[in-house]
Amino acid sequence: MPHDAAPSSDPILSVSHLRKLYGATVAVDDVSFSVATHEILGLLGPNGAGKTTTINMILGVLEPTSGSIVIDGCDLARRRRQALSRTNFAAVYAPLPGNLTVEQNLRVFGMLYAVPELGERMEAVLAEFDLKRFRNTKCGVLSSGEQTRVALAKAMLNRPRLLLLDEPTASLDPSIAREIRATIRYFAERAQVGVLWTSHNMIEVSEVCHHVLFLSHGRILLEGDPRALPGEHHHETLEDLFVTVAREPLTIRHTEEG
Amino acid sequence: MSFRRVTALLLRQFYLLRGSPARIVPLFAWVAIDIVLWGFITRYLNSVSNARFNFVPAMLGAVLLWDFMSRVMQGITTAFLEDVWSRNFLNLFASPLSVSEYLGGLVLSSIASSLIGLAVMIGLATLVFGLSFLVYGTLLAAFLLVLFLFGISLGIFGSALVLRFGPAAEWFIWPIPAFISPLACVFYPLAVLPHWMQWLARLIPPSYVFEGMRGVLEHHAHSLGPLAFGSALALLYLVLMARAFTGVYRHAVRTGLIARYSAETVS
Repeated sequence: MPHDAAPSSDPILSVSHLRKLYGATVAVDDVSFSVATHEILGLLGPNGAGKTTTINMILGVLEPTSGSIVIDGCDLARRRRQALSRTNFAAVYAPLPGNLTVEQNLRVFGMLYAVPELGERMEAVLAEFDLKRFRNTKCGVLSSGEQTRVALAKAMLNRPRLLLLDEPTASLDPSIAREIRATIRYFAERAQVGVLWTSHNMIEVSEVCHHVLFLSHGRILLEGDPRALPGEHHHETLEDLFVTVAREPLTIRHTEEG
Repeated sequence: MSFRRVTALLLRQFYLLRGSPARIVPLFAWVAIDIVLWGFITRYLNSVSNARFNFVPAMLGAVLLWDFMSRVMQGITTAFLEDVWSRNFLNLFASPLSVSEYLGGLVLSSIASSLIGLAVMIGLATLVFGLSFLVYGTLLAAFLLVLFLFGISLGIFGSALVLRFGPAAEWFIWPIPAFISPLACVFYPLAVLPHWMQWLARLIPPSYVFEGMRGVLEHHAHSLGPLAFGSALALLYLVLMARAFTGVYRHAVRTGLIARYSAETVS
């Protein structure tokens, strides 16, 4: 349970009235939230709800139609470099280049993020994610679980203030997934970092996240403590609540408005 | 602009080359074959024609300079395509890397790779076929500069095409030098072109290089004015292409193309 270090009130990430339109299609609609230091915030929702679109906007690879994103006091639209140097991410759909070795990838990305004392930092993340024996192995020949660990090592390389993890344990076996969750929780508790986490594994979300947002059709439908939310909405588990949000979002909306 | 970030991209290219003979051989193999082929053609032409004219500096030198420009262009595009092939845009552009740093990294990579090709071509042309660069005088530096700038521009243009239209547009890149070569007047004077093509050729910076080269060889004339204009034109193309790439990148960020590149949904 994520109770060891309570989130502070200082927001690492502030998202205000974020909106993304593709022509007439609304992908993200007036989404506002914040992530505090030491907080792990879960971004949940069915496929197509707008989670990855939101993450891409926070990563600066997708321009919002309107709204603002402030990372550690830096407005992403105006101070992109400063904002992104405090951020990092890992996502199953963005593996590191398979034609470089683990060490080569970490060195190149360490230079891109201007990591000080890069050699020492690389050794630390290689040890932390049990990758030392793969340092001279090309990423493309690693198993999907090993590739995920390399992506997480790269995500931790610059000691980010904001860490974005898009389904970080999706391709891991339960044992490795548990270790990764523990590592990220430990990191969130000890470092001055906030974590935005997406996952379809509701047990994992309950275990890891301090707070969750349910997105549906680009809007935040529900938010709260993942352990308390199911009871508040007359469901037994977070997964049951997720299914209701995915299938009958209007029911939830009416309950909220009522 | 951060030099460290620019050199990170050069280092990436070095790692790729070091571990892959399939990437190293093309840096010099095709240009070496070109020099050998044209070296023998010029020898043959020298033997059957009037001894008054030496084909070696006129034709072999022209081939060498044209291949240098093509190598510069390919140095940019292959470094860019490495990111397309490895689906790396999301990782790169979600980092603090700026577009100008990214282009700077591509240019550095291209300088390194094209110098290898140039060294091999010069070695073969001088040692095997007796091409002396002294005949071009100091203008050789200006020739190389114009061709380098224009090669960079073409490389950035090709990369912008692929960024805009997706990985399948890679096939637009490779014929670019062949497409503009009739207007570059590599082997013949600009005057042989029809009038309307001459106007188009005057918009192509390499045409000033090859006209200047023939002027030096045939008339020992050192007319700097046209070459200076060609240099300015090459610089203008470079600025325009860099702006075009930036515009395409912004469009890709606005429409989500950058993010979707990694998911291979662009085509």
